[in-house]
Amino acid sequence: MGRIDDVLARRALGQAGDGPHTKALVAYLCCGDPDEAGSVDLAVACAEAGADVLELGMPFSDPTADGPAIARASQRALKSGGGLDATLRVARAVRARCAAPIVLFGYYNPLFVRGEETVVSLAAEAGVDAFLVVDLPLDESQSLRTRAAARGMGVIPLVAPTSRPERIALIAEVALRFPIPFVYYVSMMGVTGGAGATDVLAEASRQAAHVAKLTSRPTVVGFGIDSAAAAKVAAAEAAGVVVGSAIVRRIEEGTSPEARIDAVRTIVSELREAL
Amino acid sequence: MRGAARAGTPGTLDAVQQSPPLGAGRYGEYGGRYVSETLIHALDELTEAVERIAMAPAFESELESLLADYVGRPTPLTEAVRLARAIDPGGTVIGRLFLKREDLCHTGAHKINNALGQILLATKMGKTRIIAETGAGQHGVATATACALFGLPCEVYMGEEDVKRQAPNVGRMRLLGAKVIPVQSGSRTLKDAMNEALRDWVTNVGTTHYCIGSAAGPHPYPELVARFQSVIGKEARVQMLARTGKLPDAAVACVGGGSNAIGLFRGFLGDPSVRLYGVEAAGHGVPSGQHAATLTAGRVGVLHGSKSYVLCDEHGQIQEAHSISAGLDYPGVGPEHSFLKDSERASYVSATDDEALAAVALVARTEGILAALETSHAFAKLGEIAAEVSKKLERPATVVVCLSGRGDKDLETLLERLL
Repeated sequence: MGRIDDVLARRALGQAGDGPHTKALVAYLCCGDPDEAGSVDLAVACAEAGADVLELGMPFSDPTADGPAIARASQRALKSGGGLDATLRVARAVRARCAAPIVLFGYYNPLFVRGEETVVSLAAEAGVDAFLVVDLPLDESQSLRTRAAARGMGVIPLVAPTSRPERIALIAEVALRFPIPFVYYVSMMGVTGGAGATDVLAEASRQAAHVAKLTSRPTVVGFGIDSAAAAKVAAAEAAGVVVGSAIVRRIEEGTSPEARIDAVRTIVSELREAL
Repeated sequence: MRGAARAGTPGTLDAVQQSPPLGAGRYGEYGGRYVSETLIHALDELTEAVERIAMAPAFESELESLLADYVGRPTPLTEAVRLARAIDPGGTVIGRLFLKREDLCHTGAHKINNALGQILLATKMGKTRIIAETGAGQHGVATATACALFGLPCEVYMGEEDVKRQAPNVGRMRLLGAKVIPVQSGSRTLKDAMNEALRDWVTNVGTTHYCIGSAAGPHPYPELVARFQSVIGKEARVQMLARTGKLPDAAVACVGGGSNAIGLFRGFLGDPSVRLYGVEAAGHGVPSGQHAATLTAGRVGVLHGSKSYVLCDEHGQIQEAHSISAGLDYPGVGPEHSFLKDSERASYVSATDDEALAAVALVARTEGILAALETSHAFAKLGEIAAEVSKKLERPATVVVCLSGRGDKDLETLLERLL
């Protein structure tokens, strides 16, 4: 049983040691925004404030699935020397300071150009638990998941509101043979960073529960969750939520390392309380 | 919709076969669908629509009528005697030179062939809104035109840099009723326009068709665009046979994303005697790093939904391309071109900004044709290409060039640089 499975299982039973909270909180941040050392501190702060899983974003020049907040963060991170290598260094430093599971989150080209085998090996050594590659759908990810599985790592699939039943069945089938620590249900059509309407998030939560039933994997809801109230609605029937842009915006607005850490602690604590 | 190159079977194409199935969207290792799960349904839906609607005889004949009565097809094949002699005064390398006149299409470039096909398909799919990306503005104008013809709202994403340098086309799109949305991210050119169009599409995918203008993007786009553009090559083949009694020795076209080139090449893929040449934009020169010569100097990667050659650094970050021609200023290329390069069925060379500018002037003064800056990259390398071909043949070569568009849109740049 992998580190993510373990953490999610304890969370679901309310045995995470922080009170009766049963919904998982996955926190995203873009590594290298504003700089590498800052990202390590911010990721650790997320974990300390109650994030169960850390999604460490590898900045990419052309983040087509992301909205303006994460796109700007990616640009800042690339300017500060961010990329695959910097993200792996952040992962290693975070792993040395806290036990929270790490998902390496990004776009495929940097992985492909470096070579899947090399990246999987470097990520395993850095203490990464799973990959989430936005533009690598199930049909294209067979080699990555095979290589990742050989090192005990999972590949997390996305499900969208438009995903046909056969796509979800395919995830269920893949999950029998490869580690899928959780499924990421995209609450709404669009890019990251929007504000999801309550009814949309509530429906996403119901759909996530349905996906979890079909795949036998915990399913979390992401996209459009910008507040504790939204997180509560989205998590209602799901295993938990992913929050990205809301955290990234706090980092963007912070004027000093201390201010950024305080702001991130505050939002993550609020989210944790609501879940 | 005939004449597709099937992956793994280079050169076995029969240009007159019935529409083959779309396949899995792979050209050797290239192509595929590298997109977020949120777009998979829309791509499946489009693929099914292509197979069910666009490959049916009724659709093909409707599109054929539009191409004849609205676009003005078939476009002429013009023999360019004075240009041939200007490039090769002794007549030792260029025997005869022919221009496939896509500049004479309604709207002034080959882009209308694909735009009409896709918009016709979109109406039959029940889509009520069209979006497009554009570089030089020719695809934007073509899409705006087709949308006006079918009464559909149209929004065109265009890099801010391109909005400036292709002002006449921005005006044309607006006159045609389209909304032009300047894109301020990244290099503010075609790549960034495509990023923004993809973001729009994923948000509005239920109602909206994304009309991609290049033979790039996720499956089924490269195949869809290539089939709609293959009319160029099919006509050219028939016209060359009628005019010269034989096939040309070489077919040449400029390559950005590669839609006019693949359109021309598809007419001749099954004719091994016809050598295929693509000319990329070398910008300030390939060694300068400021260029758009993706096949010449790029590496294999994934951009905008397909695996192909891309311009990116060793960390996999996409690099900004540079070309004087907005239509070639793109750090990617259609996946079939990558396959044709690796399989050596086609050869790819590159021409600099200055070479393309000189070619604009030469073609204008010898043939009375103001060619687009994009197209002029192909003219700039004709001498070298013909020399290579004629050396192998040991006789002067007969060459056909795709004159993909006219240069009116480039007037501001041309006046500044050439007069």
